[in-house]
Amino acid sequence: MSTVASNHSSQAPQQEVEPILVLDSVSCERGDRLLVENLSLSLSPGNGIRIEGPNGSGKTTLLRVLAGLSQQYRGTVLWRGNDIRQSRSALATDTLYIGHLAGVKALLSPLENLSWWASLHIPSTKPLSKATMLNALSQVSLEPFANTPCHQLSAGQQRRIALARLYLSEHRLWILDEPFTAIDAAGVVLLDQRIAEHLAKGNMAIITTHQAMQIDGFISCSLNAAQSEEAISR
Amino acid sequence: MTDNQANTEVAIFASFNALLIRDLRVYFRSRGTWLNPLVFVLMVITLFTLGIGPDPTTLSNHASGIIWVVALLGIMLSLDALFRADFDDGSLEQLLLSPQPLYLAVLAKVLAHWFITGLPIILASPLFSLMLGIPATAIPALALGLLVGSGILSFIGAIGASLTVSLRSGGLLIALLTLPLYVPVIIFGSQFVQSAIEGWPLMPTFSMLLGLLIGAMVLAPIAIIGGLRLSQDT
Repeated sequence: MSTVASNHSSQAPQQEVEPILVLDSVSCERGDRLLVENLSLSLSPGNGIRIEGPNGSGKTTLLRVLAGLSQQYRGTVLWRGNDIRQSRSALATDTLYIGHLAGVKALLSPLENLSWWASLHIPSTKPLSKATMLNALSQVSLEPFANTPCHQLSAGQQRRIALARLYLSEHRLWILDEPFTAIDAAGVVLLDQRIAEHLAKGNMAIITTHQAMQIDGFISCSLNAAQSEEAISR
Repeated sequence: MTDNQANTEVAIFASFNALLIRDLRVYFRSRGTWLNPLVFVLMVITLFTLGIGPDPTTLSNHASGIIWVVALLGIMLSLDALFRADFDDGSLEQLLLSPQPLYLAVLAKVLAHWFITGLPIILASPLFSLMLGIPATAIPALALGLLVGSGILSFIGAIGASLTVSLRSGGLLIALLTLPLYVPVIIFGSQFVQSAIEGWPLMPTFSMLLGLLIGAMVLAPIAIIGGLRLSQDT
C-alpha cells in the first residue's frame, strides 16, 4: 500500500491548482511480479514527480503506463479528467516520452532524426525550420555533428539527440526515463536547467533517475521492490 | 473547412511524408534490405528452370504459379524487418505515442517497404518471364497483376510482422500466420497471368485482385495497429 505526499512544501502557491494527472490506486505487474501496488498520486501544473527505487522496482513499467504505451495495469489514470484508456489522443498530444531506447535511427543523421520526430510530435502548418532544429542540436552540443550518421556517434551523443527534443517541445508533460544515462556532468547541469524552465512555465515532468537533482517543485515517489510488498513515499 | 481543420490536415500529411521519406532513406542506406529480396527471387526462379528442365512448353505451363509463389516468398521473408528495427531502437514507441493518426503511419511504412520489395520484383518481372518462357504479350499483364498483388502481400504480411515484432525471431511464425491468408492472392494472381497467356478475358480476375487490395488496404492497418500496440505490453 502506498500514499504519496501530494505537494512539495515550496509549492504553496500552487496548492489550490487542480491536478491535471491523477493516479487512482494504480497497480502494475510484469510477468507474475507485482511491481507497483495501489499507487495514488496527483500532479499539478508546475510540479514534477521523481520516481525512485532500486533496479527492477517497476519505474519503467509505471512510466510506460503513464505515457499510454502499456495497458497492463489496474486502477485509473486520469489526464485532464479523462481516463487515458479511453482518450488516448488527448494524452498523446500533451506528452513527450523519452524511454530507455532513444528512438534514434543509426543510419540517419541527428538532423534527419530530429526532423522526423518533430513532424510526428510537433504538429504545425509548416515543418520546423532547419535553423530551429540546428538550434536544438546546438543546445545539446551536437551542432558540429548535425549531418554525421548516428552510428558514428557515441552512446552519450545518441542519447543527446533524444534530449534535443526537449528544446523543441512545448508539451505539458514530460515523461523521462533515466534521462541522465550516458550524459556527462556538464550535460546533466544543462538538462536540470531545461527541466526547471519547463516547470517554471507551468508544465509538468515525471522523471526516473538515480542521480541527485536540484530542481524545485519535485515530489519524490519511491517504489520498493515487490518482495517488501509496499511502496513507501516521502 | 475551418483553418484549424486545414492545419491538422497539413500536419497529418507532413507526418505521413516524413515517415515515408525516413524509411526510404534508411532502406537505401542499407543496401541489403532492398537488394536481397530481388536476388532471392532471381535465384529461386533460376533453380526452378534448372529443376524443371529447359523445355519451354513445360516451363511456361507452370510459369504463372512459379512467379507468384516466389514473389510471395520473397516479400514474406523481407517482412520480418518491417517493424523490427523500429521496435529495437525505440522509434516504434515514438510512433505509437504520436498524436498523428496511426493508420496513415502504417500506410507509410507498408508503402515504403513495398517500394523496396514489391516494386523491384515488378520491374524485374520481364526478365523472369523470359526465363520461364512466358510469351511477350503476357508480360504487361504479369507486371500489372504483380503490381496489385504485391501490395496485398505487403499489407497481409505486415499483420504477421506486427504480431511477431516483439519476439526474438519471427521469421517462421510470420510464415505460419500469413500463408493461409495469401491463398486468395495466389489463386487470383496466377489465374490472371494464365488468362493473359491463354488470351482469356482479364477483367474478372483483375477486379478480384483489385478488390482484395482495397480490402487489405482498409482493414489490414487496423490489425497492424493492434499488433504493434500489443508489442509494447510484452
